[in-house]
Amino acid sequence: MSETILVRGARPYGDEPADLLLRDGVVAEVGPGLDAPAGARVVDADGLVALPGLVDLHTHLREPGREDAETVLTGSRAAAVGGFTAVLAMANTSPVTDTAEAAERVHDLGRTAGLVDVHPVGAVTRGLAGEELAELGLMHRSRARVSVFSDDGRCVADARVMRRALEYVRAFGGVVSQHAQDPSLAGPASCCHEGELSGRLGLPGWPGVAEEVVVARDVMLARHTGSRVHVAHASTAGTVEVLRWAKGLGIDVTAEVTPHHLLLTTDLLEGYDPTYKVNPPLRPQEDVEALRAALADGTIDAVATDHAPHARHDKEHAFVDAAFGMLGLETALPVVAHVMVESGLMGWADVARVMSTAPARIAGLDDQGQGLGVGAPANVVLVDPATPLVVDRDASVSLSRNNPWHGRTLGASVVATFLRGVPTVLDGTLA
Amino acid sequence: MRKHLLSIDDVSADDAATLFATAAEMHDVQRRQVKKLPALRGRTVINLFFEDSTRTRSSFEIAGKWLSADTINITGKGSSASKGESLRDTVLTIAAMGVDALVMRHPASGAALQVSQWVDAAVLNAGDGTHEHPSQALLDAYTLQQRLGSLEGRHVAVVGDLTHSRVFRSNVKLLTKLGAQVTVVAPPTLMPSGVGAWSAAAGFATSYDLDEVLPKADAVMMLRVQRERMSGGYFPSAREYTVGYGLTRDRLRLLGPDVPICHPGPMNRGLEIAADAADAAQSVVLDQVSAGVAVRMAILYHLLAGEETD
Repeated sequence: MSETILVRGARPYGDEPADLLLRDGVVAEVGPGLDAPAGARVVDADGLVALPGLVDLHTHLREPGREDAETVLTGSRAAAVGGFTAVLAMANTSPVTDTAEAAERVHDLGRTAGLVDVHPVGAVTRGLAGEELAELGLMHRSRARVSVFSDDGRCVADARVMRRALEYVRAFGGVVSQHAQDPSLAGPASCCHEGELSGRLGLPGWPGVAEEVVVARDVMLARHTGSRVHVAHASTAGTVEVLRWAKGLGIDVTAEVTPHHLLLTTDLLEGYDPTYKVNPPLRPQEDVEALRAALADGTIDAVATDHAPHARHDKEHAFVDAAFGMLGLETALPVVAHVMVESGLMGWADVARVMSTAPARIAGLDDQGQGLGVGAPANVVLVDPATPLVVDRDASVSLSRNNPWHGRTLGASVVATFLRGVPTVLDGTLA
Repeated sequence: MRKHLLSIDDVSADDAATLFATAAEMHDVQRRQVKKLPALRGRTVINLFFEDSTRTRSSFEIAGKWLSADTINITGKGSSASKGESLRDTVLTIAAMGVDALVMRHPASGAALQVSQWVDAAVLNAGDGTHEHPSQALLDAYTLQQRLGSLEGRHVAVVGDLTHSRVFRSNVKLLTKLGAQVTVVAPPTLMPSGVGAWSAAAGFATSYDLDEVLPKADAVMMLRVQRERMSGGYFPSAREYTVGYGLTRDRLRLLGPDVPICHPGPMNRGLEIAADAADAAQSVVLDQVSAGVAVRMAILYHLLAGEETD
């Protein structure tokens, strides 16, 4: 039995202050001026915003295979510090998460770490090779209960394979999360948004259309099969247009955007710093604006970090040879607060929608993203909107340092995180 | 001059003039029987080439030797990534031996800039991927000035595979800096992405029509077209490329008799340049090679000995 916690004076969703009593893993009472039960721990949350625990549809925890870059434990720490209570761990580990046994291993590592719910994502195809379906059903039947499948890092490029995957997972309510990158338009060396900058710098271009044609194809496949498809890390205005059109027709499509695509732009590549090398690449300001608007109006459903830790030496290559990806878990909420809340595009209730409710729904997690009402699982994050996060990459609890936010001052900071009523973070540090 | 030569962005028009004046002196030395100058005695220059090169590497090597520097070549194929060592570790290892200048060629764009942030030695970019090749642009401009005098207001056509050409990127920057009007010519598939915005901002022109550009040209720079580009679908056949964009015997007639023809080499005779053009009296291809040593001597001299003499 966990200890009883009274969160005193927090503002749920930024509204009027109220107390939250967390007991037996659920929100037991909500209201102003609650009495602290005997033995309860009181957490002073005066001035803090309370949100339901955040859910990340897209992380790379690197275990098994690259435990020098991150482990399920260190990634869980970074998630908790960032206000997350659940994360999905992508399948592109070594070995790949393409069997029930591999999924259970990641699931069990997450249980042992015990800081966030770690849900393994299953590979769509065996070995991420894009050819034969992985054992999707067995992964779902395993104790990891895998419901989200993705070859992330690679695109399921073959239309026939994608069609079969979309059809097959309907049997158990699964969803395919697609890394949309037509490999004939953007190959493995493509690393800079194709445009004036890539032309000038002589970097292999990654045109927006390579994403858009796959998203367009996939929404048509979703319509044809009547299945659900999820678009990972949407990065262009063209993708937003396709999503808006598809949703208008009632096609069952959802989409996520990363914090970095909401703020960072292509021009950061001018100095060839591999810290800014990510897939899909940073895009121009017009795309960034379109993504923000789409997140605010619901065309894009969720924010997901694509947290991609890398050992230092994997980033100390020439730009085209360096690894793709950047850290994101610890900075996601501060970035969203900075870009979306401070600008007035969204309120805190919207943040809860795109970072908790919607991602939990997309991943089929019924014990996450359930809000702050009485009876909901006591997954809670307390945010200080008045104290920005000054990012210091050396202060990270991740094992890696590929942090594109280093030195920046970002919107708000995470003060405390509770997972089923148990504090995982207090006063901004691991509890 | 700045500490490094990574890009033509590091070279002002005044810097270029200074370099060219020194290069002219070096060029005279080159014609002597005894060519060695003591300027860089005791200094160590490493030619670090991660990509095949004959002419640039030997040109830098001769330049260093004639200035009495200890010049060592280190070559390796491909990126260090494939060998499991980071580029940073590779260059720190070499720099730790005590090096004054690293002359570096690398298949990746930006590699020279990255390396300059890791080592104390002066870094000379001898070609980074499809980004820049500043010493080539300097020797090209030097050669053209020898023929044309000032480049101010002169019209230079740069023709060929622009997308994959570091020679083009450095040249377009330097030639416009020196006042030339530059028109770059290529089929649309070999134009760099976003060239419209870039050319508008940087003040050069683009064309798909070589026949229209050549009669106005005061100089022509032909770029190498790699045959393997055909497999990338950039153009249908060598024959079609030559008809559209090669400096053929027929096109030679569109040029004035004194219009210099440049090519950075190695030439694909019969593809981008016909033998009649390559061997014409107005061809300056071998002058470029000769000037290359003098210009690289000037670069090494100003980067390594400059502070004592200026």
